Amino acid sequence: METLIFLIFAVLAVASSLVVVAHKSPVYATMSLVLTLFSVAVLFVLLGAPFLGALQILVYAGAIVVLFLFVIMLLNLQKSEERRLGPQLGVAMLGALIFVGMVGLVFWRSGAPALQRLTPELVSLKGLATALFADYLLPFEIVGLLLLVAVVGATVAARKAPEPGAESGLLPREDYVSGDEPRTDPLRSLPDPRRPDVAEPAYKPAAFKEAAK
Amino acid sequence: MSVPISWYLMLAALLFAIGTVGALTRRNGISIFLSIELMLNAANLTLVAFSRQLGDHTGQLVVFFAMAVAAAEAAVGLALFIAVFRARHTIDVNRLNLMRW
Repeated sequence: METLIFLIFAVLAVASSLVVVAHKSPVYATMSLVLTLFSVAVLFVLLGAPFLGALQILVYAGAIVVLFLFVIMLLNLQKSEERRLGPQLGVAMLGALIFVGMVGLVFWRSGAPALQRLTPELVSLKGLATALFADYLLPFEIVGLLLLVAVVGATVAARKAPEPGAESGLLPREDYVSGDEPRTDPLRSLPDPRRPDVAEPAYKPAAFKEAAK
Repeated sequence: MSVPISWYLMLAALLFAIGTVGALTRRNGISIFLSIELMLNAANLTLVAFSRQLGDHTGQLVVFFAMAVAAAEAAVGLALFIAVFRARHTIDVNRLNLMRW
């Protein structure tokens, strides 16, 4: 029974992760990532870590993936990617195959040790919480600080560029923009000066125009 | 009958390899990020499998911290993508070559 569940969700994880890597549309790739994360969550539960399984679904599938989808929506990424396959893909596949082959060889040579039996102590949330809040309290606090810094940093990084005359202590965006880029902010819905009747952003790189046709 | 630990490790290695291929071959910044999340998850699976094998909570705790760091990383990374998109109107990594020699 356990083997069957493992096999089902292992195949599901591998198949959906292949879709994540191979699908042209970022939205489909992200939704497929949800499936991968869910399968891995099932495997966590199977390994005796139900708390991590729940956390995986809540934090990854619930929060991070939604963040991804919001950004994809905000940036209006359709099948924007022109894929230049070739030597790069070949080399990457070769490296991946060698890596998996090496790992497989190690396990094949060393035999397959059976998994230890589940103990109530390992599954219990109490043991995990005791270890977290006693032995690893300082890392826990540091992670809290890290999340705070990340929230502040993300808010600052994603803020709108200040108006040209506005007083701001932050660096102006011009410092790290090369001169050859269009100067409009694509996330502000400015009317296109060439087509003032259409109220859509003026950016639309060539790839997007091609895809829209 | 129980699944041997090496199956879990092989699965994790496979997922990690798929994620690596994605991160190396995709051109879209978001897709690269998705691949990196995949690699993080594969590493987490390895840690949980070893935690089960050794009967120790520490592996699970490392996964807990890794998830928190991954959340922070995703938030900051996506914010950076938004900032880059505002400035350069693309997140195609082939065109983001401002800091190349």
